[in-house]
Amino acid sequence: MNWLMETLEWIADPTHQSGPDGLWALIGQHLAITGWASAASVLIGVPLGYLVGHTGRGRMLVVGLSGAARALPAIGLLTLVALVAGIGLTAPLVALAVLATPSVIAGAYSGFDSIEPATLDAARAMGMSPSQVLTRVEIPLGLPQLLGGIRAAVLQVIATATLAAYVGAGGLGVYLFRGLKTQDYAQMLASAVLIVVLALLIDVLFEVLTQITVRAVRPRL
Amino acid sequence: MRWLANNWDTVWQATLAHLELSLPAIVVSFLISVPVAWLAHRFSWSRFTLVTLGSLIYAIPSLPLLIVLPLVLGTTVRDQINVVVALSLYGFALMIRAGTDALDAVPASCVHAALAVGQSGPSRFFTVELPLAGPGLLAGLRVVSVSTIALVSVSGVLGINSLGMLFVDGFQRGILAEVIAGILATVVIALAVDLLLVLAGRALLPWTRASARRSR
Repeated sequence: MNWLMETLEWIADPTHQSGPDGLWALIGQHLAITGWASAASVLIGVPLGYLVGHTGRGRMLVVGLSGAARALPAIGLLTLVALVAGIGLTAPLVALAVLATPSVIAGAYSGFDSIEPATLDAARAMGMSPSQVLTRVEIPLGLPQLLGGIRAAVLQVIATATLAAYVGAGGLGVYLFRGLKTQDYAQMLASAVLIVVLALLIDVLFEVLTQITVRAVRPRL
Repeated sequence: MRWLANNWDTVWQATLAHLELSLPAIVVSFLISVPVAWLAHRFSWSRFTLVTLGSLIYAIPSLPLLIVLPLVLGTTVRDQINVVVALSLYGFALMIRAGTDALDAVPASCVHAALAVGQSGPSRFFTVELPLAGPGLLAGLRVVSVSTIALVSVSGVLGINSLGMLFVDGFQRGILAEVIAGILATVVIALAVDLLLVLAGRALLPWTRASARRSR
């Protein structure tokens, strides 16, 4: 409990809160890195996942991709991109987007895949064109699963964004690595606690979003 | 390639250290999650709590967990036990859902038949439910093994020896080949352990192959 008190004191210390490497600035950086990398993975992953789900082609590719992504060590990918692209924001953004995209693809694809074939037949029998089936049946019904995929992706990104500080791109990991170098356990703990709280908050946010979506797409009788 | 030829021993030592951390974690998470999955499967009131606990643990970022865990364990950050416990927690989080689903998928008629011929609870579990849940448990274990082996590397930034050290060292000294060797070695041992699990599955669950052939 002693350490916990020291950590809370560290976080509450006003000198740690303002300035370019203050708490709020680093939280902002952490969220910005997370946001951009997640947005990139959604922009790439959703169309690909929808394409596979809608046409039914390339299923093995999706399964293989998500398996391969699981085997990739995040820190390895990050240092690889950082050595090629140099210190800065590029490396974490590219590495995080690459790590997160398979989850998004899998979510988009499985949302389409879990729709009953009879539902699609009914939509076609009503005279819907393929694009109407896509926008009025497949996309709405697949939303909860897509959200699940995006949730997994964002959680992975927010966790791995800790490593961005390792290649000089900022974020809450800055305190962790600074504490590690100076043997300042309170500072490391402060960083860890802040990141865990941030991740859990985002997880709760997605839980709420998922509940709302599930309620919205459930057929009203 | 030249870097790899000159540093073969370093990569080999790092690989061994990597396995020393990941294999115990994989085994521990499997051994703990199967009984807990049984609880979740058997008692519906515990199910929501246990599955939620799993997804909550999984939402905790790994590097911060490695920093916080020593407070609970009384170890230091660089302790191997610290890493193994953290990895086991993630393995548990992944395995709990797969295990519960696998036990749920056992046909009720088989369990009832075992009950009807008078098998006691433990014997019913070990001779009927566990083997029939085998394929699902194996699938979960394979996911746990691959992700654990990939996850170990993050401990490298804390100075714990594993293939993660190749990334840290390669990055600091600007040796691209070292980082690539580390990624390749991680993927190779993940595939090797996965292959071993598949082979073990074939030996322990021979009927899954027979029924797959019949259905074709």
